[in-house]
Amino acid sequence: MTAVLIDLTYLFASILFIFGIKGLTHPRTAVRGNLLGATGMLLAVVATLADRQVLGAGAQGLGLILGGVLLGAALGAALALKIQMTAMPQMVALLNAFGGGASALIAGAVLAEGGNPTTQTAIATVASGIIGSVTFWGSLVAFDKLQGLLLPDNPVHFPGQQPLNALLGLAAVVLGVWVVSDPGLLNNYGLLVAVGSVMGILLTIPIGGADMPVAIALLNSYSGLAAASTGFVLNNNILIITGSLVGASGLILTRIMCKAMNRSLLNVLMGAIGPDSGTTVGADEVYAGRIKSTSPEEVAVLFDGARRVVIVPGYGMAVAQAQHQIRELASLLESRGTEVEFAIHPVAGRMPGHMNVLLAEADVDYDKLREMDDINPSFPQTDVSLIIGANDIVNPVTRTDPASPIAGMPILDVDKSRTVVVVKRSLSPGFAGIPNPLFAADNTLMLFADGKQAVLDLIAAVKDS
Amino acid sequence: METFLPLLTIFMLAIFVGFEIITKVPPLLHTPLMSGSNAISGITVIGAILSVAVEGRVPTVLGFLALVLATINVVGGFLVTHRMVGMFKKKD
Repeated sequence: MTAVLIDLTYLFASILFIFGIKGLTHPRTAVRGNLLGATGMLLAVVATLADRQVLGAGAQGLGLILGGVLLGAALGAALALKIQMTAMPQMVALLNAFGGGASALIAGAVLAEGGNPTTQTAIATVASGIIGSVTFWGSLVAFDKLQGLLLPDNPVHFPGQQPLNALLGLAAVVLGVWVVSDPGLLNNYGLLVAVGSVMGILLTIPIGGADMPVAIALLNSYSGLAAASTGFVLNNNILIITGSLVGASGLILTRIMCKAMNRSLLNVLMGAIGPDSGTTVGADEVYAGRIKSTSPEEVAVLFDGARRVVIVPGYGMAVAQAQHQIRELASLLESRGTEVEFAIHPVAGRMPGHMNVLLAEADVDYDKLREMDDINPSFPQTDVSLIIGANDIVNPVTRTDPASPIAGMPILDVDKSRTVVVVKRSLSPGFAGIPNPLFAADNTLMLFADGKQAVLDLIAAVKDS
Repeated sequence: METFLPLLTIFMLAIFVGFEIITKVPPLLHTPLMSGSNAISGITVIGAILSVAVEGRVPTVLGFLALVLATINVVGGFLVTHRMVGMFKKKD
């Protein structure tokens, strides 16, 4: 195949990628969009296999290529088919890691080929190496935190953290300049990747569990930028186009997540929020004598008289794996003529859109999954708001106390509904580590129980009434 | 510079295209957007294939590792996205 034909195929594949993402703008077209993207990828790979360099690689080279593709495909397929929807943040963290890792490795391979790289190629190689290794290790740390393996969910701080980060950044720049001025020294590239790796780890450990949506979105963006810089290394348009699409996507999601928490990106990256920061009001002061506990039977009576019920899921729902029971409860209420909708806060869960996927998996109609800005005006007309596993995203203190660590964060206005029922094990605080005055409000009832069991009890009580 | 400027032009324009389309993706589909974008960023697979084909042990080994990682992204990313978007249904 001639080089022109290969490049034209790449162009066509890039267009398919753009249409693929465009398909994701609506659930109706999303399946087709994803298939278009996959088709583009297949075409690009086939065109590459027809490249003169590949055809001339000999039996051993071709065998390695085939082996690598088969191994990667088997691992990828196993991962994609086995993974539980609740673990999707971990899956995306791993994919981010592999994307960054692949870019750093390819840049290293190009450098190792020798030849005389131009300054542009050398600079792009350095960029791929740094961004790629930061993404790889940062994403592995994010994966570890989400999976709850070695590192604590909470932000990790140690003395001298910021100076150390600055020092590493400086080292990366110095090594980068060295690699550009003398690309023949492959060891320097290795050192650069090592520094990038340590940076990736140190930059991610201060980020707490509930801030993971931001971290994952940002690392997603990095993995795209790493791919784009690899495109500059290889003088390859399709890598640049695809990498910048992904980079833009990650940045947009990062911005949306930060806005939904009313925090700056810097504040999130420093892990400046946490259980031990800025507790202005004690829990006793907020809760003492004001908490009203309720029973499933009592809530069933409330549901009986309700015309409109809104269910607010949070990360706790995913932990309790209660989404299927919640769908059952919603269907039951609907069959009795009650209007039921779900209110989804942008940062509910551990990654953008996580709650929607879980509820869609449980067969909830996507029309009933409503975004915050969309559903907030309807809370005053809501008879019962049922909150399951959510805390900070429904804390009205964000409106009233400017000293609160979550001041100004947009919340779901559940307190404006007639009655609020909160399903929760105890009065323990959410990620922000502050008490929630909603639990003590006049129109709030607390249903103390495990999420899944509480919903099962509610279903039984509604059926009995 | 002769190759850099055209590449930079493409990079900048693609970022604008990205911003235009992606801002239209609803929060409902943000998780499939992330897995799907990971799948297409597995396009580095073509760079990996070229590196494996190069003579010399170091590029081949690095290229092979990159090839495995990138293929996991491509296959895993598209497949898991397919699983997810198939779940978003509307009852009639």
